[in-house]
Amino acid sequence: MADFDQELDASGLNCPLPILRAKKTLAGMDTGQVLRIVATDPGSVKDFEAFAKQTGNELMDSGEEGGKFVFRIKKA
Amino acid sequence: MSGKKLGIIATKGTLDWAYPPFILASTAAALGYETQIFFTFYGLQLVRKDLNLKVSPLGNPGMPMPMAMDKWFPVLGTALPGMEAVMTSMMKAKMKSKGVASIEELRELCIEAEVKMVGCQMTVDLFDFTQDNFIDGLEYGGAATFFEFAGETDVCLYI
Repeated sequence: MADFDQELDASGLNCPLPILRAKKTLAGMDTGQVLRIVATDPGSVKDFEAFAKQTGNELMDSGEEGGKFVFRIKKA
Repeated sequence: MSGKKLGIIATKGTLDWAYPPFILASTAAALGYETQIFFTFYGLQLVRKDLNLKVSPLGNPGMPMPMAMDKWFPVLGTALPGMEAVMTSMMKAKMKSKGVASIEELRELCIEAEVKMVGCQMTVDLFDFTQDNFIDGLEYGGAATFFEFAGETDVCLYI
């Protein structure tokens, strides 16, 4: 079973698009659901930390997979 | 939600200066800020229906040309007819290749995120614009209108 409910591929997109797309996708999800985000913008690592801190959505984990940045955010 | 507010005064009308207000406003909106941009003087170019923004290489010595344009066209070369169009298309191509959103796209995202946009009525009159020149939903007001919001902001920027 997948450890997320929805996935957002933000590969190739640059600031601020990954954050904006994530925000939009989260808006259509239910509280407690998990969004997995794949991004290639190195700036997104800090940005998703800041996004989680400021919006209250929980950044469960972040890491690198095959040269891409992967995040899991739980909707608050 | 933070309940914070961001106010931006956008005063420049070139392609490169169009990015900061729209990037900051759309991001702030995504972070839950109530956001307002006041477009005045050349900043009004950013809210025209027909966006036709250009990069101005003239008198812009701090602008690095990623394609080593400065090597081929020293300062005086930037005054050549057509140079603005060349630089603008090169900048646009570069931005596209790096996955940077277009101004049209960022402006649309701001509208979607309910960023409030206010055009300076005095400037509209000064340059003989009409409200038909600008995007639907643009509100009009003066400095006092802006201060009504600016006075309550947590972050207020002049760009």
